[in-house]
Amino acid sequence: MVRFILRRLGFMAMTVILASIIIFWATTVLPGDLASQILGRFATQQAKDSFRKELGLDRPVVTQYGAWLGDWVQGDWGESASTNTAVRPIVFERLRNSLMLAAVAFVMYVPLGILLGLIAALRKNTWIDQTISVGSLAFIGLPEFVSGLILISIFAIELKWLPSQSAIAPDSTFIEALPYLILPAITVALTSLAYVVRMTRSSTVDVLQMDYVRTANLKGLSPSRVLFTHVLRNSLLPTITVVAIGIGWLIGGLIVTEAVYGYPGIGRLLLFAIQRRDLQLIQATALLIVLIYVVANLVADILYAVLNPRIRYQ
Amino acid sequence: MGAPDAATSPSPAATASRPTFEIEGLSIDYATELGVLHAVRGVSLSVREHESFGLVGESGSGKSTLAMGAIRYLAQNGRVTDGSVRLNGVELLGLSRKDLRALWGSSIGVVYQSPLSALNPSIVIGKQLAEVARQHLGMDKPAALARVVEMLTKVAMPDSEAVMKRYPHQLSGGMLQRCVIAMALMTDPSLLIMDEPTTALDVTTQALVLDLVADLKRDFDSAILYITHDLGVITKICDRVGVMYAGEFMEQAALHELFKRPLHPYTLDLLGCVPHFDPTPVKRSLVTIPGSIPRVDELPPGCIFAPRCTYMEAACAAARPPLSEVADAHLSACRRWQDVPTPVEHLRVATEAVRDAQTACARPEVLVDASGTQVHFKTAGGMLSGRKGRTIRAVDGVDLDVCVGQTLGVVGESGSGKTTVARAIIGLTPATGGAITLRGKPLPRSTGRRPRATLKEIQMVFQNPDASLNPTRSVGDAISRPLVLLGGLRRQAAAERAKELLTAVSLPVSYFERLPHELSGGEKQRVAIARAFAAEPGLILCDEPISSLDVSVQGSLMNLLMKLQVEKQTSYVFISHDLSAVQHLSDAIAVVYLGRVMEVGDATKVLTPPFHPYTEALLSAVPLADPDVKQKPIRLSGSVPSAMDVPPGCRFHPRCPRCLGDLCRQQEPPWREGEGDHRISCHIALDELARLQAETLVLEREETV
Amino acid sequence: MVEPHVTDELFDTALMDEEAVKGFMDPGPRQRPKTWRIYWRRLRKRPAALVGTIVFCFFLFLAVFGPWIAPYDYQEQEAKHRLGTPTLSHPFGNDQFGRDILSRVIVGTRNIFLLGGFGTLVAVIIGTAIGLASGYVGGITDEVVMRLLDVLLSFPSLLLALVLLSTVGPSNLNIVLVVAILYIPMVARVVRSMVLDLKNKEFVEAARVRGEKRSYILFREILPNSLPPLLVEASMRFSYSIFLVASLGFLGLGVQPPSPDWGLQINEARNFFTLAPWVLLFPACTIAVLVISTNLMSDGLRQVMLPGGGRN
Repeated sequence: MVRFILRRLGFMAMTVILASIIIFWATTVLPGDLASQILGRFATQQAKDSFRKELGLDRPVVTQYGAWLGDWVQGDWGESASTNTAVRPIVFERLRNSLMLAAVAFVMYVPLGILLGLIAALRKNTWIDQTISVGSLAFIGLPEFVSGLILISIFAIELKWLPSQSAIAPDSTFIEALPYLILPAITVALTSLAYVVRMTRSSTVDVLQMDYVRTANLKGLSPSRVLFTHVLRNSLLPTITVVAIGIGWLIGGLIVTEAVYGYPGIGRLLLFAIQRRDLQLIQATALLIVLIYVVANLVADILYAVLNPRIRYQ
Repeated sequence: MGAPDAATSPSPAATASRPTFEIEGLSIDYATELGVLHAVRGVSLSVREHESFGLVGESGSGKSTLAMGAIRYLAQNGRVTDGSVRLNGVELLGLSRKDLRALWGSSIGVVYQSPLSALNPSIVIGKQLAEVARQHLGMDKPAALARVVEMLTKVAMPDSEAVMKRYPHQLSGGMLQRCVIAMALMTDPSLLIMDEPTTALDVTTQALVLDLVADLKRDFDSAILYITHDLGVITKICDRVGVMYAGEFMEQAALHELFKRPLHPYTLDLLGCVPHFDPTPVKRSLVTIPGSIPRVDELPPGCIFAPRCTYMEAACAAARPPLSEVADAHLSACRRWQDVPTPVEHLRVATEAVRDAQTACARPEVLVDASGTQVHFKTAGGMLSGRKGRTIRAVDGVDLDVCVGQTLGVVGESGSGKTTVARAIIGLTPATGGAITLRGKPLPRSTGRRPRATLKEIQMVFQNPDASLNPTRSVGDAISRPLVLLGGLRRQAAAERAKELLTAVSLPVSYFERLPHELSGGEKQRVAIARAFAAEPGLILCDEPISSLDVSVQGSLMNLLMKLQVEKQTSYVFISHDLSAVQHLSDAIAVVYLGRVMEVGDATKVLTPPFHPYTEALLSAVPLADPDVKQKPIRLSGSVPSAMDVPPGCRFHPRCPRCLGDLCRQQEPPWREGEGDHRISCHIALDELARLQAETLVLEREETV
Repeated sequence: MVEPHVTDELFDTALMDEEAVKGFMDPGPRQRPKTWRIYWRRLRKRPAALVGTIVFCFFLFLAVFGPWIAPYDYQEQEAKHRLGTPTLSHPFGNDQFGRDILSRVIVGTRNIFLLGGFGTLVAVIIGTAIGLASGYVGGITDEVVMRLLDVLLSFPSLLLALVLLSTVGPSNLNIVLVVAILYIPMVARVVRSMVLDLKNKEFVEAARVRGEKRSYILFREILPNSLPPLLVEASMRFSYSIFLVASLGFLGLGVQPPSPDWGLQINEARNFFTLAPWVLLFPACTIAVLVISTNLMSDGLRQVMLPGGGRN
């Protein structure tokens, strides 16, 4: 078991490193000569050279990469060119906001998703199941700006129950931020809900067909006991994996939602950085998001292995 | 006995003569895409306490549906439409689900086919079994666990305390089935339903489980309904037998009566489809039932078996004969029951001699010679996991000869390496050691390195008919391809020849255009055989080609294989765990265990004493479809060791009932030569073995003419 | 804790259904319908999937014939109709430049289909090639290739698209390439898993035993049998690509104005939302309808072609 975890950690490290190479390459090498872009094509060679030297761009690419990665790992994330402040504090502040949004959304969709998925599976092929299944299909892949804007138009503009924009002060407390979190959380939860419902439904349907459910029924156990002791234990396992991976997306992947609501989370920060071509900020933020994603995957893998006796006891 | 029923139980005096379990006129329908199927129609049977009723039938017979329907556990689209089912006098068909649940698990116990899937993989054994005790016997946790230990001991489970804490995937198939049986019997149920409980197990394990069931039958009062397709297994445990066909009973009788003097042509045919254990010098065909099992929505008017019946008359097709008592406790659904001959007569009429059994061939006649063949797999050690790689010694030094025009049967259980040997010969799994020659010339180890001419010589028929054919290619394409690729024919000529091959395997030429999903399992296997013969090979490897098919289909395929062998003088290597089938087809037999040959020689020699102790155990374990056969119960303990941990010395020694001690544990046994090319690998001398084993298998049978 | 009341009826609908009847359906000598008929029959019985497919085809039609059907030129500005409400002559109203929204939406369909479609197509072709090769060869090569693809999968998709596009610029070609790069790993995974499954099937071994070349086995034995899951995956990828292209447009990093990209239209429309909500709502609802119908169609394909398994 320990070996399993170590192996996974090793792969995770490898993945993050490879991802960092891609990020670095995409931001530093791909765009081409930064000096020409910032100083203009007609700047003198000398001006470009000194510019490059100042930024350390005259070193070989690999060295630049190594330096950057080394710094990042140690916590030195450089300075943001567009705001002229250190990168790290900004990122962490935004990260906190994203975590708050993630928490609210999580509470909304996980219990509901599992419940709906179970109901759909137990009532397979009835109108309830059809409604839930078609409904969940509809929401998967629905872009958040569509659902978000529609939600805003109904709840914020028409009914005026909730604020339409969530540009809270970056240092708000959770309580202060709560009313602004609701609509974005619902927007996010809609898509994630669909995934959880589908996964739960499909794995529960699979489990209900299994022989051991037949055995449990034929042992004369009560239906609730069959469901809770025998079915759920096995059918929720894949769902847990999906939820764990989803947490990664909840924290780092909400770029569009944050843009729709103007919410100061980490996704919006990345967008901001990209629009301003703030390299240090882009690199640090992107790598952090990837790290969060990868860790979420790792946790999902480990959870699955721990909860599944077939893997736990090889 | 057992938990109180939902309604009051009748008084003891009345139950004495009443059967425990009665089914009367039961009909079950299924609603499907294609309409309503009358899966079971007007079926009746009864089982008394201590009695075991064997329910025999092929696919589509409705036997499982009948049992499950009778206890009201049907699929969503299943419905009981008529009849009555009574357990201890209580009518089951009107009960509410709540009442049924009170009966399930307490008065009714069920054991079915695959023990690993029957148990919840996420809960330890002890807890799962204890659930029954807590639910129905009102015990609290400690008492329930104690009862579980008690039951596990009753089913001869070694180390019950440890087993309780294990998860299902950590136990072997045999042990799991014992657990399931223990669970079913925990409440001393009135009715025990067993649906193919040993089909997924090895022969030797099956024998142990059958012994167990026979013992439990004595110790518990339960009425047992035992469902199977295997006629041999029936003879071990059943008192009465009922034969079902396409949803109805054809015959019901006491065990001995049914086997010795059946009164229905279908039973007669079924008995004739099973190879008899009779190493005679002449190989006979098996009974073939023409046509195929009808779909339940396309039943003929009149007797449903009539279209396939040897003794059919015009009147048979007019009205459906009811199942009626025609002799003492003997029911038959045939109007001509009086004209039905004895099994021996029927065999004489319906089968014929095909060819002589051949003995070991002379050297120049050897087609394929494998010597010292080894197939070792290395498991990945993995730098990150820090484990060393282990070696799986799947085939560990095997010598085999296949002669021109002969059949070599290779028999063994799971883990024996028999399939791997075949794959090494054909090159799918390249050998890692030893040499294989084809007509004297060395054979490259993998298919990739073999020239066309060599590939043409060796072909294979695989185990799973559903996966043998590419689902997106038509039957004609599948057969034509080897003709084009290996036979060098052009498209047109190949298509013509393919049609000829279809006829040779008794399939209509119109099948040329069909896709595999439009064929039945037996038909697909015929196509696979035609495809194998298309290249005109000298050797065809048959890897369990019939194991997954119905009994009657198995018989007809074995006939086909024999017929084609005579016509084309092809050799076969026939691999199977089914000793009866191997014995029926083979001229020479090799018995394999854990990667080594234990015994090899002419079929007649191998199957008469002296045997290798493993062969002996196999022979005494194989259930023969003959209640008069006496098999001495030689049983093997434990299970097959992993090929990663081959025992030192004689690899069979940990399980050998005749182990001599240190000699067997430390030294590899020598080859002992018997008559002809018969060889046994054992420390015990041949005459000693012959003396000890004289009574292992005693066949008392009337002379076949 | 009180256990909730779970009734038996809950289980009645959940027990095994048609699979149980398989034993009775052994076809015997009678012929069964051909594959296409079976698919069509199954599709007919699933109204949601059928509706989805029809609507999708309608959009496809719009994508192909859009510019000829649209009542107005999508760039034509009519000053007097700025932010015009929906009327008979302009059923979807007019945007802030007086352009007809209906026409813009119709032409935008072509935009989305082309970008998303080509991106998906490239992803499918390359992904299939990678999946086939990697799966069949196996061993270390397979491990390495899969790890590399896993790295790509470890990025939230939008993030990678943004990072890449921000540096190379949002031209049509770049968008197609980015979509392709994003989706190659998933397609490769699906194909690889089919290959791994089929590689050991007996009919493939039969092909090896008669000496077929590797390319034959891959393309004539394995690939045709991988088509159903591949098709399902491709249609799901297409649905996601619509999401991606529209989102990129919304964020301003996708197709640039004056192109009638739906995401772009929505982004521009936010400013006048209180004045003229239809400018935003019509494109938004169109996206919604297209996405929903594509999803319904994909799931329908999955249910129709892979009835036994192929879940998620």
